[in-house]
Amino acid sequence: MAQSGGIELANVTKRFGDTLAIDNVSVTVPPGTYCCLLGPSGCGKTTLLRMIAGHEEPTSGDVLIDGQSVLGLPPVKRGTAMMFQSYALFPHLTCLDNVAFNLKVHGVAKAPRRKQAHEMLERVQMDGFADRVPAELSGGQQQRIALARSLITNPKVLLLDEPLSALDEFLRLQMRGNLRQMQKEFGITFVHVTHTQMEAIAVADLVVVMDHGQIDQADSARGVYDAPRTTYVARFIGGQNVLGGKVVEVESGAALLEDARGNRFTVPAGDTAPNVGETRFLSIRRDRIEMEKLADPSATGSDAVNSVVGKVWMTEYQGTWVKVSIVLADGEEFVANISDGTFFANPAREGDTVVARWSAEAVHPLEHRESNFDTSRIGMHT
Amino acid sequence: MAQYRKRPWTFYVLAAFFTLFVLFLYGPMLAIYILSFQGPTGGLTFPLNGMSLHWFGALFEQQRTGDFAGSFTRSVLLALLVMICTVTFSVMAGLAFRRRFFGSTAIFYMAVASLVMPGLFLSLGIGLIFRVIGVPTNWYASALGAQLTWTLPFGLLIMFAVLSRFSRSYEEAARDLGATNRQTLQYIVLPILFPGLIAVALFGFTLSYDEFPRTLLTVGPGNTLPLEIYAMTTTVTSPALYALGTVTTVVSFVAIVLSLGSIAVIQWRRGGRSRK
Repeated sequence: MAQSGGIELANVTKRFGDTLAIDNVSVTVPPGTYCCLLGPSGCGKTTLLRMIAGHEEPTSGDVLIDGQSVLGLPPVKRGTAMMFQSYALFPHLTCLDNVAFNLKVHGVAKAPRRKQAHEMLERVQMDGFADRVPAELSGGQQQRIALARSLITNPKVLLLDEPLSALDEFLRLQMRGNLRQMQKEFGITFVHVTHTQMEAIAVADLVVVMDHGQIDQADSARGVYDAPRTTYVARFIGGQNVLGGKVVEVESGAALLEDARGNRFTVPAGDTAPNVGETRFLSIRRDRIEMEKLADPSATGSDAVNSVVGKVWMTEYQGTWVKVSIVLADGEEFVANISDGTFFANPAREGDTVVARWSAEAVHPLEHRESNFDTSRIGMHT
Repeated sequence: MAQYRKRPWTFYVLAAFFTLFVLFLYGPMLAIYILSFQGPTGGLTFPLNGMSLHWFGALFEQQRTGDFAGSFTRSVLLALLVMICTVTFSVMAGLAFRRRFFGSTAIFYMAVASLVMPGLFLSLGIGLIFRVIGVPTNWYASALGAQLTWTLPFGLLIMFAVLSRFSRSYEEAARDLGATNRQTLQYIVLPILFPGLIAVALFGFTLSYDEFPRTLLTVGPGNTLPLEIYAMTTTVTSPALYALGTVTTVVSFVAIVLSLGSIAVIQWRRGGRSRK
């Protein structure tokens, strides 16, 4: 069976009164993809999801599913089903009747609809709970009932609005693996809205990073993590140090930058040729940094290209690595993830002056994009 | 278990005050209930001269104690009518007011303003209008309207409280699963709101059942029970009056127990028998 459930958003814009929620967004989700819409709260990801679901209509632009425009169609006609954030299980109905609801409103007689609902409950390993009401279930169990209730409509696309946010940490990890398995088993498209970077990266084939109603990058999980397109994506996904500086020299496709602290870094030219005097940005993964303690505690700058000097203000043991936070001369934070063996061979203590260096190959050029989103307030996950 | 600290003196003062309040609230009622079982030769005051159900029987002899059976029937029927209208319109209005529409604020204030209008004047006005347009006042017409001016805003306010805890995502989920608007209302919205609807119904019923000022000048030829009781306080000088008090209290009490009981059963079935 050919997979279906490809989604295409074409120049979609959504306004609520004077507020621009979605600003001319275009993206294609191939059939059978696990897609995550990722962004901080208020970035428009849920609005985008609700427009695919048919609970909102775009102000302009088109939404296509399997090549057909679905504007104005109700959810069931679109072939979509939505799993709501708090699951919205009907509190007065048993699990079985919750799952059978779609069949009931379509006039399926009691016996066949119960039989089908039982089968669906079996597929999510919840048949033993058929006669319970939702309030008797744990968060994880409720999620499975919600999943069964959505899947019984035979959707081509399952839309999940923050499906894991109501669960505790342990269940969250378990259920996200579960969702991924379900998606493979049913072979349909999943669109999963989340604000948790690691959740998106763990499950998604396609990660769509959003901010302010726009898409910054739509790429594979590895793509957004390892090769972020903009300073915003690099900061939001985390695991990266973002640096910027003025171009002082251009040589064979690479630029030499100098920042306000006098540190100098090289950066590959990227898509556009650099000009002397303009500001360029780059990122280096935290785990690609080498660190060395300096004998001179008063050092503030480094002469060597591709290095910075600062004071260690915090070390966090993470098991296989140690997260070392370094404060640079102007107060900016720089983070090095050092493997635990290397770190403990000559451990740096808080207050030590260290130099952090990296190889020119580890540098990734970024496009600059400002965001109101305050990256310093979220806990970066690596 | 941690030891309790010694209670401050204010605790005893407030407890004494509360006890007095409870005595004041229930003492007189209790006296009436007891005196309604007065023996056939007993009077309006203590001591009891034997115990009997004599005065309950006397209620149904129209000549002696006024039209108890008629006014009781009218009152219950009127309360049921008021209850049905209140539930129907409060639910519809409550659902409508979830959305802001043109003039919604003005309509809301107009509806709620009738709560503060003096009931007697409202009654006077409605009676007057009926006379002007030449329609005879009657308990099932003018009195019904007068009572609704009181119960509808109450019902609406209760619906606001009920709906404030009702998530829109239930309706969206139903729509997502292919339910039509009518099916969503029938299978999802009304059943979920049902305990709240019972509360509205109870209010509608009891507010109507003991309403006095709004009924006084709109009731027409046949009295409702509160009006009849008031008339009886001046003409009846036997414990039958107390028996009447006991009977009407029992009716109110049954209404309350039925409503609260059914709400409790619904919550119990929904709330998970294994939890809580």
